[in-house]
Amino acid sequence: MNLPVIIKFVIDLLAVLLLALGIKGLSKVKSARDANRLAAFAMSLSVVGLLSYYLGTSGIAIQSWIWIIVGSIIGSLFGAILAKKVPMTSMPETVALFNGCGGMSSLLVALGVAIFPISSGQENFDFFKSLINEVSISVSIFVGAITFTGSIVAMAKLQGWLSTPGWTQSKVRHFVNIVFAVASLIAFFDLINGNTSSIWLLVIISSLLGIGVTLPIGGADMPVVISLLNSYSGIAAAAAGFVVDSQLLIVAGAMVGAAGLILTQVMCKGMNRSLVSVLFGGSLSAQSTASSGSGEYTNITSCSVEECALTLEAANKVIIVPGYGLAVAQAQHTLREVTKKLEQNGIEVVYAIHPVAGRMPGHMNVLLAEADVPYEQLKEMDVVNPDFPATDVVLVLGANDVVNPQAKNDSSSPLYGMPVLDVQEARTVFVIKRGMSAGYSGIKNDLFDLPNTSMVFGDAKKVLNDLIGELKDLGVGEK
Amino acid sequence: MSFISLLWVLLLGSLLGLELIGKVPPTLHTPLMSGANAISGITMLAALTLIVKAEGNVPLLIIGSISLGFALFNVVGGFFVTDRMLAMFSRKPSNKK
Repeated sequence: MNLPVIIKFVIDLLAVLLLALGIKGLSKVKSARDANRLAAFAMSLSVVGLLSYYLGTSGIAIQSWIWIIVGSIIGSLFGAILAKKVPMTSMPETVALFNGCGGMSSLLVALGVAIFPISSGQENFDFFKSLINEVSISVSIFVGAITFTGSIVAMAKLQGWLSTPGWTQSKVRHFVNIVFAVASLIAFFDLINGNTSSIWLLVIISSLLGIGVTLPIGGADMPVVISLLNSYSGIAAAAAGFVVDSQLLIVAGAMVGAAGLILTQVMCKGMNRSLVSVLFGGSLSAQSTASSGSGEYTNITSCSVEECALTLEAANKVIIVPGYGLAVAQAQHTLREVTKKLEQNGIEVVYAIHPVAGRMPGHMNVLLAEADVPYEQLKEMDVVNPDFPATDVVLVLGANDVVNPQAKNDSSSPLYGMPVLDVQEARTVFVIKRGMSAGYSGIKNDLFDLPNTSMVFGDAKKVLNDLIGELKDLGVGEK
Repeated sequence: MSFISLLWVLLLGSLLGLELIGKVPPTLHTPLMSGANAISGITMLAALTLIVKAEGNVPLLIIGSISLGFALFNVVGGFFVTDRMLAMFSRKPSNKK
């Protein structure tokens, strides 16, 4: 082994180690930020390793340098600008967009190698000679294309640019997707057989498959899909690693692929959904409306913002349950103002965070942190549940299914078994909601019928603003 | 590298990934996803390889360059956005309150 090879080997080894430590560290609150930087450092290190290797062996042509610099500057610049500018509420779609671009990159590499077999150098860089290279190119294109179009569709749906077309909720979509899947398999084998022209067929059909699979999935299942697509982009990177013969790419891609799968599993568990039902079940509301749990509300108490303010003023302990609706209304800053006032009056305020609150697990924490809510006030479900009986007032803001007592009491309910927040144990529960529409699951919420629950109808942001006014009139938080 | 040893690398890498995140607090799901997503942009190395090996083949250089751009968009954006999210968590305890 000559020197450049040894240097690259050592750097690659170090990069893998640091990346692994980075992913590990990202799973603990204390170390997360440093771990993220460590991973970023490891990535830069890997680039240095690769470039130094080529400088030491074959050399890098001026022309190559120009294209490297142009590509990296444009990509990094757009990435950095978007990352700085994007509001915290649109985090899920941003991750989806980044993810799709990663998939696109793997796709392009495989495509480039397939169309222009690089002249064989010392490393025998002649592709299409061995079956393995053809298989890895095909896999890279297939997974890369699905990741790209799937992520873009996911982003467009989260942004509200795309709605779920009606036909995708019927059985037709299974047929359509099976046709796409079979067609891409045919293109796949045709390509491996040496028919280079079918590469375009593979690109087009796998892109369509990515759209067809993602389009029917809606609402709260979206984060699971993004997490799954994230796992795919890791697999695409690993496949690209086989294409260019890079161990580092394979290890890192495999790590992300596997870690993404675990994370997807964790998310599914929190929602009491199986991955299969997320992918093939369509949206839950379509099937469950007819099943149990539906029925009319019989005992709805609605109340004014003023009453709500009076009750809050008299409370000692208040628990806030934020949900998807709060994120949509972007009312986290207004909420923070309300709780500040309460705190100034000596009222204890805690936020109860359900594992899948918001649009992504952990998303609510990010949103509330943005609004300057102290981290210690965010309590996870298992920690906060025993506190509800000793709580005077619970404010439910845009959450629905995660506070449905059916999940505990009614074994015939589709929600049965899902972990929920026991808000009904508190003395008074205020539910701030636009109307009586059902939650994501389409299931009636028994909580609303309970005698200690009052509904405050209206947009979360507007109600909270009115609440601030009422509290001011009561002299709360003025001292 | 022989194909078989690359397969070993794939297998061990996957096992490592499965082991790395056992218990993650829900708080960190979004940042973790975003951070892992940035790492999947490692495919930038493949794009770099493509450009270096292109040897003056202009279409290939362009494809490589676009691919590199997409990958770096993923990497740089991903790490920055993750850092932004995590900065919000870590800021709190150190602040006066």
